[in-house]
Amino acid sequence: MGEPAIELEGLGRRFGERTALRDVTLTVPQGATLVVLGPNGAGKSTLLRVLAGLLRPHAGTLRILGHPLPDEGWRVRGRIGLLAHEPMLYRDLTPRENLRFHARLHDVPLTRIDEVLDAVGMTARADDPVAVLSRGMVQRVAAARAVLHDPELLLLDEPFANLDPAATALLEPLIGRASGRTRVVTSHDPAGGLAGADLALGLRGGRPAICAPAREVATADATALYA
Amino acid sequence: MHGKGLRTLAFLTALTLTAAYALVFFWTPNEADQGFVQKIFYLHVPMAIVALCGFVAGGVAGLMYLRTRDGKWDLRAYVAIHLSQILACGVLITGSIWAKASWGHWWLWDEPMLVSFLIVFLLYATYQVLRFSIEDRERQARYASVFAVVAGAFVPINFAVVRMAQSYVHPRTLGTTTGGMPSEMMLTFLIALAGMALLFVTLWKYEMASKSAGAQVRALRLRLLGDDDALPRRSAAPTL
Amino acid sequence: MLRAVGAILRKDLLLELRTRESVPAMAIFGVTTLVVFHFALNRPTVEGDLAAGVLWVSFLFAAMLGLNRLFVAEEEQGGFDGFLLAPIDRTSLYVAKALALLTYLVIIELIAVPAFAILLLEPGLWQALPGLVLVLLLGDLGICAVGVLVSAIGIRTRARDLIVPLLALPLLIPVVIASVAATAPLLAQGGAEALPGRWLLTLALYDAVFAAIAYAVFDDLLED
Repeated sequence: MGEPAIELEGLGRRFGERTALRDVTLTVPQGATLVVLGPNGAGKSTLLRVLAGLLRPHAGTLRILGHPLPDEGWRVRGRIGLLAHEPMLYRDLTPRENLRFHARLHDVPLTRIDEVLDAVGMTARADDPVAVLSRGMVQRVAAARAVLHDPELLLLDEPFANLDPAATALLEPLIGRASGRTRVVTSHDPAGGLAGADLALGLRGGRPAICAPAREVATADATALYA
Repeated sequence: MHGKGLRTLAFLTALTLTAAYALVFFWTPNEADQGFVQKIFYLHVPMAIVALCGFVAGGVAGLMYLRTRDGKWDLRAYVAIHLSQILACGVLITGSIWAKASWGHWWLWDEPMLVSFLIVFLLYATYQVLRFSIEDRERQARYASVFAVVAGAFVPINFAVVRMAQSYVHPRTLGTTTGGMPSEMMLTFLIALAGMALLFVTLWKYEMASKSAGAQVRALRLRLLGDDDALPRRSAAPTL
Repeated sequence: MLRAVGAILRKDLLLELRTRESVPAMAIFGVTTLVVFHFALNRPTVEGDLAAGVLWVSFLFAAMLGLNRLFVAEEEQGGFDGFLLAPIDRTSLYVAKALALLTYLVIIELIAVPAFAILLLEPGLWQALPGLVLVLLLGDLGICAVGVLVSAIGIRTRARDLIVPLLALPLLIPVVIASVAATAPLLAQGGAEALPGRWLLTLALYDAVFAAIAYAVFDDLLED
């Protein structure tokens, strides 16, 4: 089983005077899926960014894949994949060029690019600039970028928004439960989110209102977060 | 914490400065070439030296902030830099007055101290602008610290390069000839230097104490009145 | 580190080639500045000190133009995040951007220096060329070392376009002092004189010191 993928203890993060996260404590074992629910502004994206090592925690402790962040953040970079609202793709470059750039940054063999492009069904449009692609296509390429380096931990910010069912089905093996990776997924769909997860965290105003295994959480409670 | 010893320090500063300038006016002889006007040297050079040290100290404080992320260091850097900036202003003004009185021009391009300070003054003028343009407190402190480090390292280098560049057609005797000064002038100069340094330290401590107290008051207000109240205005000064 | 620098540099050059945003504008701006100088100084030709000054001011202003755009793609298209998540030394971004800027400056100089020779320069340029290339290189490195750092400071602030020139120009004055002092003898009326070694040394030292400082603090600029 090994060490838990994520261990949070009293995690807090401010932006100026505003507290975005407060007192978040949880443990996510390897291979498990954590769903993060809550209204807009509750701190879901902030949490993801802290887990990714992009934001420094202002309170509490954080261990990712057994290493404390931010002190040993450099050890786990490259083992985390982030799919955020921003696709992190250069609009004037093609998907292939974007992926080539990321492959070089992560020291991944260039052959992998064709693999992931094929897996997300974007081989046909791989040489058109990202600017001309539809939202759904951009999301697919972004997903490809997120898994290009085969990360152990996936952080997904509403990954299936903007996607039609066909595309969603395409991405499932890569970033869904079937991928076998440890995942943290934010979702605006309480029922669906809980169904697809092992653990659930409900945030409200930055504080954890719900923190339990997913099957113990009633959908009504999750929906109540939005009240 | 900063307020301790402030009164003694202030007293000492007043004493040293009075002594220094009394000596300047009543004891030290007039300089052969330039006469009475040269006495501005005892104000101009100590200000310059203390300002230079202040800028470098600001750089060191900035570096400490980057290493420790303790807001106190950012405050120290901020206070050191803006006090030095005021002194730099004084350097430019006293230098200009001396230039006009001695040489008939309000500005001299071949006085390396003056030219260096002009560049440094312009550089640090951006410090407040930079701070004010970043709203997030932590980022403001971090970026200001980077600036302080870079600028603090730049100050001595700039001085050296400007000196290299000056063509010494007319050697000016204001700034830097401390060799060949008669002993009375040297003594007065050193006392004036000590007085200026004490003045800097006193003002620095005073401002640190005042800002720390302000921060404590604000923290108490926050605790008593809750998170939402006392939303701060944007400001360039660091808050703890 | 080298791999990361190479990757970023290739990406930047590819983007620039694709969008042609910075380099043409910088080149045109450089040449236009030369023309403005002709009218501002009201002289048909320049030589020596004046020539060196005109040349370097024109480069400086063209570089300012480029600096503002240096990190824009990263800031607007989420490039910083992608970069921060990769297992690489963060200072490689600094090195890569500096090399990119250097490339742009060299391209601009290939256009602006001949333009300068034709439009404004009194003495011939051929003799001076090898020395000039060396001074240009060292001066450009100074502009890049300072410029990339300042651009990175400015990119996350609100008044980005103002902060960059305000910070960069004072920090670049020593580079200007040394570059002009080194260039002036090359463009002297009576034909190119010897290259003043001490100014080249000063330039090289300034470049090295600044690069070292930038290397030390760059990490702290990138995090959030």
